[in-house]
Amino acid sequence: MALLDNHLLSVLVFLPLVWALVGLALPAGKEGGVSRIWALVGSLLVFALSFQLYGRFDAASAEMQMVEKLPWIESLGVSYALGMDGISLWLLLLTTFLTPIVILGSFSAVEKRFKEYYFLLMALETGMLGAFVATDVFLFYVFWEVMLIPMYLLVGIWGGKDRIYAAMKFFVYTMVGSLLMLVAIFYLAHQHQVQFGSYSTALSDLYKLALPGDGWWSIQAILFLAFSLAFAIKVPLFPLHTWLPDAHVQAPTGGSVILAGVLLKMGGYGFLRFAFPLFPAAVAQYQGIFMILSVVAIVYGAWVATVQPDVKKLVAYSSVSHMGYVVLGLFSLNSVGVTGALYQMLNHGISTGGLFLLVGMIYERRHTREIADFGGITKVMPLFAISLMIMTLSSVALPGTNGFVGEFLILLGAWKANQVLAAIGALGVIFGAVYMLWMFQRVMFGPTSNPENQKLKDLGARELVVLLPLIVAVFFMGVAPNFFFSKMETSVAAFLKRTQPALSAVATAQNASSQQIETTESQ
Amino acid sequence: MISLIPLFPLVGFAVNGLWYAAVQSRPGGKSASAGVTGGLATLAILASFVVSLMLFLQLQAMPAESRVIEQVAFNWMQIGDFKLDMAFRLDSLNTLFTLVITGVGTLIHIYSIGYMGHDATPGKFFAYLNLFCFAMLMLVLGSSLPILFLGWEGVGLCSYLLIGYWYADMEKASAGKKAFIANRVGDLGFLLGMFLIFTTFGTLDFVQLKSVVTAAGHGALPAGVALGTITSICLLLFLGCTGKSAQVPLYVWLPDAMAGPTPVSALIHAATMVTSGIYMLARLNFMFSLSPDAMHVIAITGAVTALFAATIAIVQTDIKKVLAYSTVSQLGYMFLGCGVGAFGAGVFHVITHAFFKALLFLGAGSVIHGMSEEQDILKMGGLRSRMPKTFFVFLIAWLAICGIPPFSGFFSKDEILWTAFSSPHGSTWLWAIGAATAVMTAFYMTRLFSLTFLGQPRFKESHGHSQHADHAHDSHAADDHGHGHGNGHGHSDGIHVHESPWVMIGPLAVLAVLSALGGFMGIPHMSWLEHWLEPVLGAHHGIAEGINPSMEWTLMGVSVAGAVVGILVALKLYSNLGAAAKIKDASSFLHKVLTHKWYVDELYEAVFIRPINALSKGLWKGFDVAVIDRIVLGFGRVSQAAGQAARTIQTGSIQVYALVLGLGLIATVGYLVYGFAR
Repeated sequence: MALLDNHLLSVLVFLPLVWALVGLALPAGKEGGVSRIWALVGSLLVFALSFQLYGRFDAASAEMQMVEKLPWIESLGVSYALGMDGISLWLLLLTTFLTPIVILGSFSAVEKRFKEYYFLLMALETGMLGAFVATDVFLFYVFWEVMLIPMYLLVGIWGGKDRIYAAMKFFVYTMVGSLLMLVAIFYLAHQHQVQFGSYSTALSDLYKLALPGDGWWSIQAILFLAFSLAFAIKVPLFPLHTWLPDAHVQAPTGGSVILAGVLLKMGGYGFLRFAFPLFPAAVAQYQGIFMILSVVAIVYGAWVATVQPDVKKLVAYSSVSHMGYVVLGLFSLNSVGVTGALYQMLNHGISTGGLFLLVGMIYERRHTREIADFGGITKVMPLFAISLMIMTLSSVALPGTNGFVGEFLILLGAWKANQVLAAIGALGVIFGAVYMLWMFQRVMFGPTSNPENQKLKDLGARELVVLLPLIVAVFFMGVAPNFFFSKMETSVAAFLKRTQPALSAVATAQNASSQQIETTESQ
Repeated sequence: MISLIPLFPLVGFAVNGLWYAAVQSRPGGKSASAGVTGGLATLAILASFVVSLMLFLQLQAMPAESRVIEQVAFNWMQIGDFKLDMAFRLDSLNTLFTLVITGVGTLIHIYSIGYMGHDATPGKFFAYLNLFCFAMLMLVLGSSLPILFLGWEGVGLCSYLLIGYWYADMEKASAGKKAFIANRVGDLGFLLGMFLIFTTFGTLDFVQLKSVVTAAGHGALPAGVALGTITSICLLLFLGCTGKSAQVPLYVWLPDAMAGPTPVSALIHAATMVTSGIYMLARLNFMFSLSPDAMHVIAITGAVTALFAATIAIVQTDIKKVLAYSTVSQLGYMFLGCGVGAFGAGVFHVITHAFFKALLFLGAGSVIHGMSEEQDILKMGGLRSRMPKTFFVFLIAWLAICGIPPFSGFFSKDEILWTAFSSPHGSTWLWAIGAATAVMTAFYMTRLFSLTFLGQPRFKESHGHSQHADHAHDSHAADDHGHGHGNGHGHSDGIHVHESPWVMIGPLAVLAVLSALGGFMGIPHMSWLEHWLEPVLGAHHGIAEGINPSMEWTLMGVSVAGAVVGILVALKLYSNLGAAAKIKDASSFLHKVLTHKWYVDELYEAVFIRPINALSKGLWKGFDVAVIDRIVLGFGRVSQAAGQAARTIQTGSIQVYALVLGLGLIATVGYLVYGFAR
């Protein structure tokens, strides 16, 4: 118990990996029966354990909590430092919540190499949880990279027919992004040595660095851009999104759900946890550019989603659009927008996770994802229709569902920062409805004319168990967002406080320069 | 107590919905009857009506200036300075709306038990109907704009679901989607309007907003707020109204929405949902009255929509389409009223219109029901003797919409016309457009009435008592919905026309009484309604300088005379169909343009839908694939590596590969660390 009391985060992070290693030693069983039950039990255990986080978290404090710190690579000042605050709390719970759902959802989808599949899913959970609690930048980087490998293999082995291409594309994209981040991390450690006499990569130490931050190409700006590249690729932010549709379409259902549900959030989380507090001046400087890119992502993603012939690719492009909202909210740099963005990350995990699960369920029945192959499915699969409708409504942000809370706050926050960009971003309200409802209509409505569709079986008990928690979450999060906000509020405020002076400095500078222009013009 | 009003239908939805999903829709599950599911849903909405009535009486007993009942259910969202309660507030304005929604709603629920009697999935239908009532009640009861918006989008969803209720027909499904998307265009304006209000005034609550906006006194701008900001807010919100309340340029979804079951057209697309825009204007009247420009835009949009829709209604041959365009036109009247500052007149017309238009739709439903799914008025005629009860109630509704005194439509329409002329915001032109529309309305409604009920039947009649005919219903429209009774239209050997059962006629009778007498709540110069609404809408608007008050009676005479002329001309014309056809041939070009609804759908298709679609395809293939991917993949000639990796994976040594990958990673990192530390 002392272990749990003092090392809850470590236990939580490494339990999935250890559990999965034991699973490797067990026989897979018939049709992977043993492997999957083992993994399911383990992931449920982790989920149950993660309730401790909620119970022990003190929402009134913005400090890192349940911290653990051990020296690791002393020559570089790298430590094994973990901690959590209101920003990581819900992302951790999202991860532990989605993993058992994904495992249960994979029972019939995976048809080969059962042992390895469930091992990788759980190893992935360790990577994700680790990244969300690492408070040392280097440690974060290690977890960040660790996630990459299981994901790469999940796509590359259990994926569709172009899986190798997709896996490679995913790998190259993310590797390129994170290498620059690594270089920036080293530079930060080096600066710590210059300014304070010792190397360090601990986040709390790096906060104290004085980094020149004036202008577009200051030290801060370059470091910020190096971090941002990694995060923007992960989000993915336009125009760095093209790995996502391929990875999603080729990935097995479980991989897609984890990818959309948690991995993409790593980008948004990274911005908030690392880029914002470390480089406040650069963030303020580049705020406009990132807002523009995210607004483009919202509209672009929606437009391209509309013309996709493949359901899964459509959902993938919808992620580009929805994650554009997340970045828009983050870069609005006010509490409403940032809270909305954090919330939208959770929402997107629920709704897009649900959509990918549903697409997977219909794929298992029909072995196609072409929209044109479907039609009139509602008649033969009414429960599937209801589930898909609910996820669709969440995706189009209907009030009463979780999606609305996130989208509304993001747009309101963005409106406070820049009315024109917020108005353009709000176009996603229209186009989001266009692609989702058009897809829904072509798949679910119309006559059930294709004979292959006429004998489809509606959702079974296991599938309902997979979907029900997500459906409940859609409405609960839509009606009771305060349950979540109350735990995030203090942390978000603390993070914003760091960017506020820089933000007003940039605003003053811009005002001064525009006034200068005005005076020169008037002369 | 207030929260019970929306709660009852929500519970009704949950019970019927879960019952349907968990039991009836399962393989081997049997559909519950319309009697049971509909009875349940009716009880739910009836309970709301009772509560609404009790609260209305409670309000009435209070002194006029303090007629407000509030209830905070819970705190919905709170972040920093943004606080939003799930709260309801009942005052003299929305108590009328709740009475109409729950009252007319109850009647339509009862009617639907008969109308949907042979539908395959009545449980689903009544669940949706209850859900709609829930959302509609949230819309009018919400104490702040976001709660109103919650209802606003909620009714949009129900509208979508119910228009496409017979989803197996792709056209109906498309109509639902069109409604949702057209509404979303408007909702964008609503959203941005809300944002602008919040950043300008710091609150979205109606009462707080009113006190901030009117802080500087009546008609004066609040300190530090530019008129342009107010105008922007009003126009953004009004864009939302044009979507929900089907005004130019977003009205295009409403005629298509007739694809839904007829009770839905009556409840959602005539009596309640489409009047939400007027409710919002009335609710925020203190804001709108500050901006003369916004008011002009509203008045002109209303007048133009009223006239424009009336022109199209003249040539439609589908009984529901005529009524749909007439609804668009009547909604235009309401906006005309609001736009000239007569919010009370707008609300008055909402109420009377809810009575007579619901009656017209339900009457049309009775006709369609009795005619075994025939909707083309050219193929009707002579139903007066065959459906006498339907004929009688339809007659009352017809006179009401034509504006013949003392039927309800006369009073409300006349008040709008008079204020359009006399108000400081009004003008002779606005009055003239309104009056011209009134004549056209009398004409096309008489055409509809005459072609349906008068003259000789223009269909083959079967006098034999066909069993099938009794079973013929809307549900045939969805060819796979029938319960094995789908083969008996009875068209082949003529139609057995029959009067509708009492469960349908009963609600019609109640609505007929309301349509006939409802206008007396707003008799000019002694209007109970105007007095009742005063706490919310303010005292009677003045009349512009130079207008002689006695003109009111002259203009009233003019508009009644116009209506009578419209009626007589149409009666004469359509008593001789040959002559009518000649006129049609003589003006074939105009007729074609009108039949094609001025080609507005085609225009939108060409200007918005197709270009965006083409652009999207271009961006996908031309930018994602051709540009970005090429750059990224050029990076280190990935394709080769991919080929290599493929072989490695295919040899089956994944673990080995993972190991190599992991080791490589660690080596790279280690090298960098080591190199740096040295």
